[in-house]
Amino acid sequence: MNEQAPKTTEFEPNILAFCCNWCSYAGADLAGVSRFQYPPTVRILRVMCSSRVEPAFILKALKEGTDGVLIAGCHIGDCHYIDGNKNAEVRINNTKKALAKLGLDKRLRLEWISASEGLRFSEVIRDFTEEIKKLGQNPVKEVK
Amino acid sequence: MSETGTETKGTEVKKDSDEKRVGVFVCECGVNIGGVVNTRAVADYIGTLPGVKVTSVNKFTCSDSGQADIQQKIKEHNLNRVVVAACSPKTHEPTFRACIEQMGLNQYFLEFVNIRDHCSWIHMWEKEKATEKAKDLIRMGVERAKLLEPLQASEVPVIDKALVVGAGVAGMQAALDLADMGFQVYLVEKEPSIGGRMARFDKVFPTNDCSICILGPKMVEVARNKNIKIMSYSEVKEVEGYVGNFNVKVEHKPRYLDIAKCTGCAKCSEACPVEVPYDFNEGFGTRKAIFVPFPQAVPLRAVLDKENCISCKACAKACERGAIDYDMKPTYSDINVGVIIGAVGFKTYDPEPKHDFGYGLYDNIITAMEFERLLNAAGPTGGHVVRPSDCKEPIRVGFVNCVGSRDKNTNIYCSGVCCMYTIKNAQLLKEKRPETDHTVMYIDIRTPFRGYEESYNRSRNLGVKFLRGRPVEVKEDPNTKNILVRVEDTLAGEIRNLEFDLLVLATGIVPHEGINQIQQLLKLSKAADGLLMEAHPKLRPVDTTIDGVFLAGVASGPKDIPYAVSQGSACASRATILLKNKKAITEGITAVANPDVCVGCGVCISMCPFQAIKMDEQAGKANVVKALCKGCGTCVTACPTGALEQSHFKNNQVLAQIKNVFKFQEVAV
Repeated sequence: MNEQAPKTTEFEPNILAFCCNWCSYAGADLAGVSRFQYPPTVRILRVMCSSRVEPAFILKALKEGTDGVLIAGCHIGDCHYIDGNKNAEVRINNTKKALAKLGLDKRLRLEWISASEGLRFSEVIRDFTEEIKKLGQNPVKEVK
Repeated sequence: MSETGTETKGTEVKKDSDEKRVGVFVCECGVNIGGVVNTRAVADYIGTLPGVKVTSVNKFTCSDSGQADIQQKIKEHNLNRVVVAACSPKTHEPTFRACIEQMGLNQYFLEFVNIRDHCSWIHMWEKEKATEKAKDLIRMGVERAKLLEPLQASEVPVIDKALVVGAGVAGMQAALDLADMGFQVYLVEKEPSIGGRMARFDKVFPTNDCSICILGPKMVEVARNKNIKIMSYSEVKEVEGYVGNFNVKVEHKPRYLDIAKCTGCAKCSEACPVEVPYDFNEGFGTRKAIFVPFPQAVPLRAVLDKENCISCKACAKACERGAIDYDMKPTYSDINVGVIIGAVGFKTYDPEPKHDFGYGLYDNIITAMEFERLLNAAGPTGGHVVRPSDCKEPIRVGFVNCVGSRDKNTNIYCSGVCCMYTIKNAQLLKEKRPETDHTVMYIDIRTPFRGYEESYNRSRNLGVKFLRGRPVEVKEDPNTKNILVRVEDTLAGEIRNLEFDLLVLATGIVPHEGINQIQQLLKLSKAADGLLMEAHPKLRPVDTTIDGVFLAGVASGPKDIPYAVSQGSACASRATILLKNKKAITEGITAVANPDVCVGCGVCISMCPFQAIKMDEQAGKANVVKALCKGCGTCVTACPTGALEQSHFKNNQVLAQIKNVFKFQEVAV
């Protein structure tokens, strides 16, 4: 929060996760129902399909200072919209390439998480949190 | 914007007022949220955000009083946007949409924020951080809510015909119920006969009635019903369309004989010189290359197994009616239906030697399904249970429960039926041959539902022994071929060395090979057990996330026969809501094209998986066909000019969330 003094505690990343409505959002729900604890570093933004995530959304999030962006969709072959996730895969990979030039590519991750993979959802968040912790805070923040 | 092919109606879109007045309702969900998140602090913070006119904390926002509170505050504060921070929208979004709609607000003016499944439940021991997170999530929701736009739900016509995939007992029940209500039903079955797994069982628990004696009449009833068209030996190959109007392509596999001429007399089988293991009897005994699947088959027609046929043409000579046709090719039907019921069944777990006590290495270890066929009077041995090594009738019979169930190395779930069928199998053999001695080795005995515990007691009274423990070592005596089992009796706390003439494995329920194909055709999800997933495990157990598609029987999780039959009826009942009303309400979330910005490049047309975008050749602009659009938004992302927008997920709405997700610490420059 703005009014608080800078914390001396360990860096806690801010991660934004775009989850598709049908698989990954439901997977996150299942993680909750199953009480699989994971770090409170992630905020979920629901989209209908992972293919709705525009590269501009990712750039905007990183520009705002988000430390990591996760896009989660249905497994290939399981997409509620037949092959939206394949489109997402192409777009995210291209965005990653562009981000590589800025050295930000490791802050973007694409994962397939089904509605039954609550445990996997919590593991992905745990793992991504650790990775971002190693990377440290988003350098864009300092520029700002 | 174009709305070809659909009449739109539903909620009338009222003019939206310019000032956004947001009400935020934070639910405690008993202690589910309130026990972790400081809801009061959250509400106080949210109340300071611009545009938020009122906040409220409720013990249960979904309750009558919680909903009344929302409605009252809409009135008092003249709210035009409502944010509910509670559980998952998958559970209660429709509830609150209806709640605000009653107050004259467009239902899409609701923003649902998940602070239970995505917050309090997963940060149970980090109360402060969970509270901060809840604030972030709701702030995102408030900013989005202010930008929400009114939408109209569409109404699509429903063709009053149904497709049932799978003609086991659940599928047959669904088909019969729908047909009796007057709807036409296509019943597609991949095997040459309807009946499913139940046709193979000997007797069924807990009452031990003869399985085929109760199933047979039902099969005949299905065949006799004028409203049911059986498509046996057929498979669904393509599914297109949406609720109310599915176009389905069904492949009819060649039987290599004319079904209209065949009478099922089986003279062809008598003439056929080829013998192969009989799959209906789990590989015991043989059948011919041309055969009638089983005596009660419906339709009672032969089928030629081309893989094993040696083309000697003996069957063609034997057939008095000239029904045989060796050159038959697959044929296809295109059918149009309004709803689809998937009752696609299961298979039993296939044991393997290393893990499953040497099954396959030692002759005298069989599966319960094999035991079932041996026990059956119409089975390969005429109802005499014999051991495979020497065809002698066993005296000492061991049963091992939970093979392929409740086991970390195979499947962790309970198959639900194995305890009961093992109890039944031991009982039946004991009744047939009282001199036999039975030992059931179990982890737990599970006997819910009427008559099940009584059946268990009956087995005990008959003298069947129950030993709590799982075999640790299973060997074969090379001379006698008897099975030597070392097992810990965990109730007595002793190691026992037992010798059996026959060991029967209670194999569990697993998905069959075809499940992936049907899952992808119908666009369904799979659960952790590999079977198909229902829309909600408790409140919508036979619905799926796809409108107009329902699931019955073991396709959506292990079940016994009464449960599967109930689900068949439940599916018929759910489907009738659509079939009878002849219309379905579809989501208002679709892509929308702005003709002023569109340059007619056509990128969106190639991206759309549902062929929902058509080019208006005259104007050179893309048009979205609302009835076909599913609202995924892939075209929106692809559009190079920004002419396409996804309603309810417009760029500005998503960007508002991104911008407000974290309150970043400003670094002083």
